[in-house]
Amino acid sequence: MSGLSLHQKLENNAALLVFGILFVSAIGGLVQIIPSLTQDSLKTPARNTRVYSAVEPVGRDIYIREGCSVCHSQQIRPLLAEVKRYGPYSRAGEFVYDRPFLWGSKRTGPDLHRIGGKYSDIWHRVHLIDPRAVVTNSIMPAYPWLAERPASAAGDIQANLRALQRLGDPYADADIEAAPGQLEGLLEVDALIAYLQMLGVGFDAGASDDDGAGH
Amino acid sequence: MAGNSGSNGEMYYHDSVVRFLVMCSLVWIVLGMSAGAYVAAELIWPGIDFGQPWLSFGRLRPLHTNSVIFGFGVSALMATAFYSVQRTCHIPLATPRLAWATAILWQVGILTGGLSLLAGINAGKEYAELEWPFDIVITIVWICFGVVFFATIAHRRIKQIYVSNWFYGGLIIVVAMVHVVNSLAMPATLFKSYSIYAGAQDAIVQWWYGHNAVGFLLTGGFLGMLYYFLPKQADRPIWSYKLSVVAFWAFTYSYIWAGPHHLHYNAIPDWVQNLGMVMSLILLAPSWATMINGIMTVSGAWKKLRTDPALKFIVLSLAFYGLATFEGPMMAIKSVNVVSHFTDWTIGHVHSGALGWNAMIVFGTYYFLAPRLVGAELYSVRLANVHFWLALAGTMLYILAMWGAGVSQGLLWLSLDHLGEPSFSFKDIMASMPPYYLLRLIGGLTFLTGAVLMIFNLYMTMRGRETLRVRPPEVGSVREST
Repeated sequence: MSGLSLHQKLENNAALLVFGILFVSAIGGLVQIIPSLTQDSLKTPARNTRVYSAVEPVGRDIYIREGCSVCHSQQIRPLLAEVKRYGPYSRAGEFVYDRPFLWGSKRTGPDLHRIGGKYSDIWHRVHLIDPRAVVTNSIMPAYPWLAERPASAAGDIQANLRALQRLGDPYADADIEAAPGQLEGLLEVDALIAYLQMLGVGFDAGASDDDGAGH
Repeated sequence: MAGNSGSNGEMYYHDSVVRFLVMCSLVWIVLGMSAGAYVAAELIWPGIDFGQPWLSFGRLRPLHTNSVIFGFGVSALMATAFYSVQRTCHIPLATPRLAWATAILWQVGILTGGLSLLAGINAGKEYAELEWPFDIVITIVWICFGVVFFATIAHRRIKQIYVSNWFYGGLIIVVAMVHVVNSLAMPATLFKSYSIYAGAQDAIVQWWYGHNAVGFLLTGGFLGMLYYFLPKQADRPIWSYKLSVVAFWAFTYSYIWAGPHHLHYNAIPDWVQNLGMVMSLILLAPSWATMINGIMTVSGAWKKLRTDPALKFIVLSLAFYGLATFEGPMMAIKSVNVVSHFTDWTIGHVHSGALGWNAMIVFGTYYFLAPRLVGAELYSVRLANVHFWLALAGTMLYILAMWGAGVSQGLLWLSLDHLGEPSFSFKDIMASMPPYYLLRLIGGLTFLTGAVLMIFNLYMTMRGRETLRVRPPEVGSVREST
């Protein structure tokens, strides 16, 4: 049993065992992650995909804070039934400014990747504050506090945009300077609605490589 | 190996830190599972968050997952790792103060981290919700955990490193690796940061982390527990040493590849998805090899099963381990995943592992461990038997409810009418869920009730008793059997 006698070396030498585990467990990640991090198509914005500006990143941070992604995916799979229900399936290029990604793993509520423009701002406002006022039997939590807090209190918008800028997202210094001014007079719920209303709307099915009807 | 030759006169195993970690993990069981039951109830009666942000589903659910995985799971793993590494190396913990620091800092970190989740401080990645200051604390504590563990192994007085320690070692090394890589972020303020990865790349890194946190913490770490406590409790050596060697390395190699099955039909490259699917199927082999090794170890001690609640729990946990590690690869097949993805089936799968495997093996281990820590008999074997049936019933109700809910959701979402339009609205499908969700809540509460009985039982066992001072065997005496 030469294999087992080789293994005895590992069992008798802690350093060798540690190195062995590290080496063996690292391979899979290296093979999958390194090519993915260098693949251009995963970091090239789709046509019409732009960075979140002014009020939208505040809304996105509120979306994260309230754990919306626990129950709502932002990922339409290329299946006929999903495309019929939600719209054109999701493309990698649409998410290049998403830090972190918010694709989700569970749909207790419907997918939101192309929710933008489907409902009015007023509908969203009522729905967020009292979901069962507009959707009977909805089990979505109510978020009354979003209509009580100013959007500027949701975080330090300039510090946040600067962090994104340091990561290479194309924010101009002038945009960062102007950001707090754009939040004036807005509530958290307004910022969240601004984010929801831009989700997926930039997508131009005609410009992509197929008709978006699934494959 | 060397260094501690001669008499072990005043050397005792450091078991008080083990006892502390056991007690912490029991607190986390109640906290984490209560939070779980509460969020389950919110899915039936959404009004019970009373308009309070901190009671809202989106904040309470991460608290549930973090408390049970990192509070309960990791505390139990640290307790059993510290207990077993001393006994398999015939030497007390090499750095007892650092072990205490590890144990206490971990509790403080996860407790404050849990509170931060209720405050809405959330990095937005599943099972990695804690923000960057907590990520740094976790990394430091984890390194301390590794130092205590490997320093003890380095000073061992038995030449061979026992198989349970390979798994605990794998837990420490691989979880450190995936945690650090996935948590890399650009801090904006004290409690806000942005992932250095974006979009599809972030998704691939996140599920490489997420799947292997499951793999090396909830599976590998607990297999370490199995390999020490099952042979102890059954009073028989591991059935096949060769199988344990092969299964360990196959497991360590193949688990890490399986992450992309969380992203089937999502916007990541096809080759990554397909590779993730194939490796998930391959993973079935080492998973079941370990299960067979465990079952065969008990074989011959079957009659103990009738009387020994600890062994009953451990054997049942192996059965659920087998179920979950079969179901996982099946759900990783793309054509099955089309139905299961984004549904409650996933939640059911997670809980067949978390309740059936992780919690049950800890219950069995604690029924073994608690009496031995204080040198007493278990307070009530009868109560432990009641706990066994509550745990089994609770888990089964939970899984069955989620299978029903999940398969319904998956099939109804995909159903198209004769015009090619979706047959049912999302809202109508969800409106059919309350019976399943109620059944799930009952299952969860049944399970929690059993756990509370155990805590009472263990409390009565250990109450007023000092932790036993146990000496390592004399040098040259019987070797630990492998």
